[in-house]
Amino acid sequence: MALIDSIKHRESVKAHRPWPRVVVGDDGWQKAIELLARGRCTLLGLWGDAGDVHMALLDEKAGDIAVVSYACKSGEYPSVAARHPPALRLERAIRDLFGLEAMGTPDTRPWLDLGFWDVRHPLGKQQRAQNPAPYVFLPAEGEGLHQIPVGPVHAGIIEPGHFRFTANGEHVVRLEQRLGYVHKGIESLMAGASLDAAAKLAGRTSGDSTVAYSFAFALAIEAALQVKIPPRAAYLRALMAELERLANHFGDIGAICNDASFALMHAQTGILRERCLRAAEACFGHRLMMDVIVPGGMARDIAPDGPNALRALLAEAHKTFPRLIELYDNTASLLDRTVTTGIVKPALARQFGAGGHVGRASGRNFDARRNLRYAPYDALTFDVPVLEAGDVNARVWVRIREVEQSLTLIEQILNALPDGETRAPIKTTARICEGLGLAEAFRGDVLVWLRLDGKGRVARCHLRDASWFQWPLLEAAIEGNIVADFPLCNKSFNCSYSGHDL
Amino acid sequence: MRRTLFENITHRVLTEPAPKPDEAALAELAKSLKRAARAKLGRSLSIRQVDAGSCNGCELEIHALNNAFYDLERLGLRFVASPRHADVLLVTGPVTRNMREALLRTYNATPDPKWVVAVGSCAVDGGIFAGSYAVAGGVKETIPVDLHIRGCPPSPTELLKGLIALLEQAR
Repeated sequence: MALIDSIKHRESVKAHRPWPRVVVGDDGWQKAIELLARGRCTLLGLWGDAGDVHMALLDEKAGDIAVVSYACKSGEYPSVAARHPPALRLERAIRDLFGLEAMGTPDTRPWLDLGFWDVRHPLGKQQRAQNPAPYVFLPAEGEGLHQIPVGPVHAGIIEPGHFRFTANGEHVVRLEQRLGYVHKGIESLMAGASLDAAAKLAGRTSGDSTVAYSFAFALAIEAALQVKIPPRAAYLRALMAELERLANHFGDIGAICNDASFALMHAQTGILRERCLRAAEACFGHRLMMDVIVPGGMARDIAPDGPNALRALLAEAHKTFPRLIELYDNTASLLDRTVTTGIVKPALARQFGAGGHVGRASGRNFDARRNLRYAPYDALTFDVPVLEAGDVNARVWVRIREVEQSLTLIEQILNALPDGETRAPIKTTARICEGLGLAEAFRGDVLVWLRLDGKGRVARCHLRDASWFQWPLLEAAIEGNIVADFPLCNKSFNCSYSGHDL
Repeated sequence: MRRTLFENITHRVLTEPAPKPDEAALAELAKSLKRAARAKLGRSLSIRQVDAGSCNGCELEIHALNNAFYDLERLGLRFVASPRHADVLLVTGPVTRNMREALLRTYNATPDPKWVVAVGSCAVDGGIFAGSYAVAGGVKETIPVDLHIRGCPPSPTELLKGLIALLEQAR
């Protein structure tokens, strides 16, 4: 039985692809919440629209997705977070951006609106901003507790965000995050944007995942307009996605070790990361591969000498990476810092639907490439490494194993790369249509939902980074750990600020 | 570990020769630095990086300046953790309204003489994010800027060219 059949709905939106979207009443909405609260399905996203809220649900085993929409009565909808906490920050964001209230939500504080905008509810019924009420952090009470406020400007070369630690001596009793500092209003800029402009914005939602965002955005457009892209384009997209995954994992594995003052690993993986970026530039003319994936296929084909650059990269990685794994595994002082540090319990990872290495290091066996089998991954062979321990060490090992898988994937793609075109024409239709796209970024699944206005423009586009469901778990992971281990935990997650703040 | 360390000794050095300073950057600096105190700092500048709203693409390339290929520190340039230790603020992103106050405070916490380098196309005028209710514009709308290094994101080599130009002018 498809996921959608278990939810009572009033109508099915015909122009929504490739998965169904239905409009529900109170009973259908409550049923969807029930499925989430009972762990029968996973929350993929919750976002606002003009007068509506949409919720995307995932049945992991079946690889089935459904979007349910609720028309708000006088700007209100029944809270999802009241029974399913992973929705909490999403509800707070919907209120800030659209002015739609989640009735019964356990937290009514703002989330993205930090009180510096001229308008309230910029995507809904706009109002002039008033003097904001002071933001109150959650309490932590007890003898001998002290607070450590960190950020938004941090000590390293890192994005801005505020962390409020309450500690007892060295031990963290509570961490509360406050994000939103890099909110750029991407979804407001999307409204009315041409497909080209919107694709550029999507590719700059989180720079480290620019390929994954462009990929998911293109999938959503192609679903909405029913465009079939040439096989060569699909293979090249995956090639870029794996190259991006490699570069990020290399960089992060080293950076995690560097946060335990083990600089040698950082220096070595930094070399591998740089080689990835140079190969990317040789192949696609841009080190981060921005704006290469476009709706309909690829903006350009791989350079003629690109495959040679990639084979040289593979040879180098096969030569040096095993030694670095051995180095990690045999350095007791390093393992002393990573093993049993920052544990995310499997139940929590499952409840939050944590994607990427955060979920897979805590037993959540999900990878959009395998579970949703979007092209060309349906034709490629790869393993999805899953561990149960949930500590920093497990997240390092999942990343190590994913590096190995990406290396074999790149090799498979180079060997099987089809000839032919790399771009199909995009013909906009005069009808309003909607599309949903998911792509697996290095840190987890990116969701893009959009509606085209029938005049070749984007009417509404929502982008959901994997970080939305990982940031809250970092708060849980650090509890009871020492303050000095926070950088390690944080880097082992490496959540995106920009991708989250939008 | 021994094998890796030993190989590093016998290996050809990966670090590449530093590029020449960027001509456009030198011209921009010749104008902007007139108003700044031309203190003799030797051949050394401490840099504090501030992300004022970027997509994190620029941060990735700034990070790369520390890798073996670019090795920023050999040029006397190094990243520091506090604005109070800094000569240069390296600012990325369109300045978001939510970060403007923090950027201003960071600038005020940096002792004189100081220079501001705005990195990336968004830092010039807000780039593709200009016009949003949440964006205050380029860096120069919030704090005075001495040098712009354009690009989306600028490559490490482009960053080096700009920073070397600054080093030469600031001497």
